[in-house]
Amino acid sequence: MNARLLPYVLILPVTLFLCLFFLYPFLLVSKQAFSTGAGFTLDNFREVTSYWKFPITMRNTLLLAAAVVPIQLALALLMATMVNRMQKGRDLVLYVWTIPLGISDLAAGIIWLAIFEQSGFLNSMMSGLGIVDKPVNLLTFQNPGIVFLAIMLAEIWRATAIMLVILVAGIGLIPKEYYEAAEVFGASPWKRFLRITLPLLRPSLQTALILRVILAFEIFAVVAALSGTLFPVLMGETYAYQFDLLNSGAAAAMALIILAISIAFTLIILRVLRVPKGATI
Amino acid sequence: MAQIEIKNVAKRFGSYQALHDINLTIQDQEFVVLLGASGCGKTTLLRIIAGLETATTGEVSIGGRRVDHLAPKDRGIAMVFQNYAVFPHLTVFENIGFGLRMQKLPNDEVKRRVERTAELMHIEQLLKRYSGELSGGQRQRVAVARALAMEPDVILMDEPLSNLDALLRMEMRAELKGVLAASNTTAIYVTHDQVEAMSMADRISVMHQGEIVQAASPIEVYRNPAAEFVAGFIGNPPMNFLPATPAGDGKWSVAGQVMDGPSSGKSLKFAIRPEDMRPADEGLTATARVVEPLGAHLLITCEVQGSMFRAVLDSDMSVKPGDQLTLAPQPDRMRWFDPDTTLAVA
Ligand SMILES: Nc1ncnc2c1ncn2[C@@H]1O[C@H](COP(=O)(O)OP(=O)(O)O)[C@@H](O)[C@H]1O
Ligand SMILES: [Mg+2]
Repeated sequence: MNARLLPYVLILPVTLFLCLFFLYPFLLVSKQAFSTGAGFTLDNFREVTSYWKFPITMRNTLLLAAAVVPIQLALALLMATMVNRMQKGRDLVLYVWTIPLGISDLAAGIIWLAIFEQSGFLNSMMSGLGIVDKPVNLLTFQNPGIVFLAIMLAEIWRATAIMLVILVAGIGLIPKEYYEAAEVFGASPWKRFLRITLPLLRPSLQTALILRVILAFEIFAVVAALSGTLFPVLMGETYAYQFDLLNSGAAAAMALIILAISIAFTLIILRVLRVPKGATI
Repeated sequence: MAQIEIKNVAKRFGSYQALHDINLTIQDQEFVVLLGASGCGKTTLLRIIAGLETATTGEVSIGGRRVDHLAPKDRGIAMVFQNYAVFPHLTVFENIGFGLRMQKLPNDEVKRRVERTAELMHIEQLLKRYSGELSGGQRQRVAVARALAMEPDVILMDEPLSNLDALLRMEMRAELKGVLAASNTTAIYVTHDQVEAMSMADRISVMHQGEIVQAASPIEVYRNPAAEFVAGFIGNPPMNFLPATPAGDGKWSVAGQVMDGPSSGKSLKFAIRPEDMRPADEGLTATARVVEPLGAHLLITCEVQGSMFRAVLDSDMSVKPGDQLTLAPQPDRMRWFDPDTTLAVA
């Protein structure tokens, strides 16, 4: 086998698989989005973006991502640093921390609903402690802040571990000698984190952030379980167009809008966290 | 002034005793080489001095001040790591200036000191590059420059040249020696390479299995090894050993030849360096086995009463394998070791 051809031959099965199950459906969806039956049109996009709920769903989705992702990043970094320092029990702690990863997002939403709803744990605890006289319904339109907080908590609980595992692997790749050199040359533990860990972790941070941000724009089941329709998000609207309004053209347009946002953020993350040539480990 | 005093330092890793009771005093501005085979504890001792490792017992003082409980940065030291540890995400400039930035020196002072040390190490044209764009030799220079820029009292180096090819190593050896001598710092230099140790050190401290066997000037270590280990470790080829049996007061029988030696009741080992043998009419009878012309010399591996024995002779001698030689040891270069304690007997 020609050595120059071999790599391409080896990736051929994956390429075919992706073409068949990703590229082809993607083209179909695009076709649906850009047509209403007769020829090319932007009508579907006009329809979904001019709907009064669109700015609200857009704002909610971005707001949630902006509130959740930085907290998750900070938590994941903290947890990864802690795990990395552990001598014993490292794997056990890592397994426990990654348990939420094995739970579907709808199940996660339901778990947190069981905490926050009127007959939930939180209410039992509060009335048990005498903070409230009788169980209150927290997740209503009168308490948008609590609804948002509940969704945030559920998301943080559910999806921090995906960043954690990527960052743990990344931190493990940084040679110990760099930390020792930094220590000898006067860097405090905090400075070592800022000046050694963070910059050398850029490739892993890129991967973790891209993955997490894209997932944040696709949030759906957790929001549906905890807020019903109180906190509309982009993915929820897409679902409504497809299955409630049976308008697959509009749903396809929504899907493409979410894709465009994801691509835009991916490019920003790649750019901001890029590693100059020659500056890799 | 940075005299270093190491008192009764020992280190255990679990049940493994890596260092036993190390005592060493290093004078201000002295260049001391810790020499020993891989695994003998050189790096561990250096890291204890640096503060990257804590001794199980014992004391370390630098400049008359106990430093055992001080962080590395408060010990007035700088270090050159074996794999350089040049930060890949920083330019050469920022690498050299790393320690200065941590001390929060003003920008122009950082710039001045970085440029000066870069010039000293001949890397001033590389300041904007990243370490991925440097050769091994250049990276090594950056690591040394980073340490020198700190203007430390003590500079610690862990096999800094071991990753370079032979030619570059020889070149850097001389350069490093010159730069360090000019910088007036105390230096501790770890190596397993005896040539490096001999050529650079003011004093060599030979380590073996977690102990310092001998600490003396290079020529003293070479001429008067304190123990059999040192005699066999230093010199290429190393010293020759032959069993010696007492033959009257101060007389010893070595391979059938009677020689003058120390007064001692029991059997000893006779030792002589290969280059301290001369062909003569009277001496040890040797049968040449392998003859290696090395240009300036002839290295002859021969057999003396069943023991392997090497001699370095002048290259205009003509010797063939199988030839019978008579080799006379130079009397003032003969050494004797006690086979029980392995120590030298005077
Ligand atoms: N962190 C450690 N844990 C356990 N054993 C160690 C550790 N560091 C070094 N050792 C052991 O101590 C001995 C001396 O190591 P080292 O000082 O690195 O030797 P050298 O630098 O002379 O090659 C070796 O046998 C090594 O395996
Ligand atoms: Mg070592």
